[in-house]
Amino acid sequence: MPMQATEIEKLIRSAFPDADITITDLAGDNDHYAAMVTSAAFKGKSRVQQHQMVYEALKGRMGGVLHALSLQTAAKD
Amino acid sequence: MEFGATLKPRAGVPIFVDRANIVAALKDRVPMSNIQDRIAKDVAENDVLLFMKGTPVFPQCGFSAAAVGILSHLGVKFKAVDVLKDPEVRQGIKEFSNWPTIPQLYVKGEFVGGSDIMKEMFEAGELGSFLSEKGIALESA
Ligand SMILES: N[C@@H](CCC(=O)N[C@@H](CS)C(=O)NCC(=O)O)C(=O)O
Repeated sequence: MPMQATEIEKLIRSAFPDADITITDLAGDNDHYAAMVTSAAFKGKSRVQQHQMVYEALKGRMGGVLHALSLQTAAKD
Repeated sequence: MEFGATLKPRAGVPIFVDRANIVAALKDRVPMSNIQDRIAKDVAENDVLLFMKGTPVFPQCGFSAAAVGILSHLGVKFKAVDVLKDPEVRQGIKEFSNWPTIPQLYVKGEFVGGSDIMKEMFEAGELGSFLSEKGIALESA
């Protein structure tokens, strides 16, 4: 069961209310997305930690319901 | 030892000569941590280790292909583990680093990231210097 882009965005938004979020459906199949997330919450975190924070926001869906996600994170001031 | 609880008698097969059933019962008793131990050992024993889908020659996923491409471009010797060959490793490696996707790169025992992080580090010129700092030989310029 694939996921809608709006649902991905909603989950990320609820964990990072300040974030700039861009979701792109890479293959048009609701299963391969790219996400760009910029949030102040990433300040001082390693790249690995930043990605883990996003995966946590997705509540276990990453790698399961959501098969593939190209992810870019950055800290904003 | 007592296997009675997990043995399921099959009609017409005397229970203690039903080899498949005994093997299945024993397998249930192998501790869950076994796969984690195997992964930890592999990670400790290989300076540069990539968990991927498929093989470096025939990657089975774009993200794994990108990871192989970057390592090859840097001229790094690495060992690859094909998670598609073993569902236990595919699941176990996700738990090992609390990281839900493949590929996963380990350098000198340290988890570096997936293909997006590798790409970012490579494009920023950081991956090569990170590997050099860790004492990994790079063949290319
Ligand atoms: N953002 C990840 C993308 C990798 C990804 O999305 N992998 C997916 C598709 S290959 C995955 O491993 N899904 C779980 C699975 O197949 O078990 C990275 O940088 O490596």
